[in-house]
Amino acid sequence: MDFLLEIIMTPAILACLKIAVIILLFAMPLGTLLTLMERKWSAMIQDRVGPNRANIGKFTGNGLLHIAADGLKSIFKEDTIPKGANGFLYLIAPFFGLIAAVAIFAIIPIAGPIGNFTFQVTDVNPGLLFIFAITSLNVYGAVLAGTSSNSKFALLGGTRASAQMISYEVFMGLALMGIFMVYGTTRVSGIVNGQNEYWFGNLVPMWGIFTQPLGFILFFTALVAETKRAPFDAPEGESEIVAGYFLEYSGMRWSAFMLAEYVSLVGVAALMTTLFFGGYHVPWLHLWENAPQWIVTILQILKFTFFTVVFCWFQIQLRWTVPKFRFDQTMGLGWKKLLPLSLVNIIVTALVILTLA
Amino acid sequence: MPKLNICKYSSGGIMELKVKRVERVDGVKEAIFLPAIFNGLRLTVKHFWRNLFGARDVVTINYPEEKRHVSPRWRGRHRLTRLQNGFLSCVACYMCETVCPSKCIHIEAGEHPDLSVEKYPVVFDIDELRCVFCGLCVEACPKDAIRMDTGVVSMAYTSRQTFDFTRDLLRDSYDPKLHSNPKYEDEDLPKPVKQSEALPNSQGIPAT
Repeated sequence: MDFLLEIIMTPAILACLKIAVIILLFAMPLGTLLTLMERKWSAMIQDRVGPNRANIGKFTGNGLLHIAADGLKSIFKEDTIPKGANGFLYLIAPFFGLIAAVAIFAIIPIAGPIGNFTFQVTDVNPGLLFIFAITSLNVYGAVLAGTSSNSKFALLGGTRASAQMISYEVFMGLALMGIFMVYGTTRVSGIVNGQNEYWFGNLVPMWGIFTQPLGFILFFTALVAETKRAPFDAPEGESEIVAGYFLEYSGMRWSAFMLAEYVSLVGVAALMTTLFFGGYHVPWLHLWENAPQWIVTILQILKFTFFTVVFCWFQIQLRWTVPKFRFDQTMGLGWKKLLPLSLVNIIVTALVILTLA
Repeated sequence: MPKLNICKYSSGGIMELKVKRVERVDGVKEAIFLPAIFNGLRLTVKHFWRNLFGARDVVTINYPEEKRHVSPRWRGRHRLTRLQNGFLSCVACYMCETVCPSKCIHIEAGEHPDLSVEKYPVVFDIDELRCVFCGLCVEACPKDAIRMDTGVVSMAYTSRQTFDFTRDLLRDSYDPKLHSNPKYEDEDLPKPVKQSEALPNSQGIPAT
């Protein structure tokens, strides 16, 4: 038993285990569930019923089996390659997006550390700069798919995606500068622990949303644009360019694009929770002294999951509320409004920190 | 003579259409989008929460399980009515076949054993694929023998032949078993009797 534990606690194997647990038990299931939930919730918003027909015998699970049905369908569907497509790039393109979406979870802690054991795959020093690097990789999926599939619509979608990503990447970084200044670090664990402080005695936790309200709105907008979802879904642009960059895909590769979209949705939600809503820290839990460690850890995981699910819901709600931006409006919003606002946010934050210090 | 103003286009080719002009609203409130987004969110979240628990606003009918209530006057699939003694009311007068605008009714008359009735339809076919459900056959019938009150609003079968409703299929509600074995069985009708035993007709003239 000790021998087994020793093997498991080897850093490399432990990291692999954490990756497996966080991705296979948290990110992927939640992302897969969201593919159905998007349809069910949008149905509720629009006073419809939503999918409820897939069944095994009498059991439908109120639509739950549609996930299995969709999966089965896309596995057995023909994987077509259009004539004149660049075969190799066309085949690997879907996985760029998926890898980038999954890699966000590498630095997100889902509960507080117990001794040396952390509930985080790795706590790298650059921290959030890693996130910027990874989300930039996300665009390769769209661009490669757009250029390699030999379709004008896909090419337009890929071009729009790259333009949008580059524009929103700029102030995504700038919007987070305020967070770096307030908590004085780019390490994720440092930022999360910084949010466990309180103002006015034990009244208000120093969550990112209270210290950086403008930064929250800016960063959230940037991330929604990064995931290419409505209102910033010009790259997919159903009404103009059919489906955008993944127009020519079918079967499991198309599903990979869809899964990437929903996993990055979960990633965005987890990131917002971590940076702006205290991460895994349950507010006011420190008032309960001598709380057993296992209860604290379970509460932390529950709190993190709750906020993540709420943010997933909020993004879906937003998609079915806000109409699509025209592409020039997307660009105008990014460069003319949000970029100056994030610069203002940095200056104001710096001035406040200087005055208080 | 007053000029008729039928055409909306003036002679110069300029269109005189009524257009509702919506003034463009500018200002800080519009420029930062957030108030508008929150207004929209309030509406969608209201619907979401109402439907999350109990589906109160949902207007969808889960069709095969739930059926829309149809009014008794709805013109559905046809039905041949029967008399109290179980005979078909139809006297094969060809009124409905004559009036039918889509020529979907086909009747062949036969001599009824009961001489007071004279005729009955040996063949009464309706091709439901040609029928336009205008209801003129119902209007035309002098005996109230054909009605469209079955309430069957959707007929979805897998072969064309299935839509040829014969006399016995029209007699009652649809029974798939009859479709598999569509032949005329005159069980409704009285057994053919010898002419000497035939019932007197309505004028009291014995059948001879």
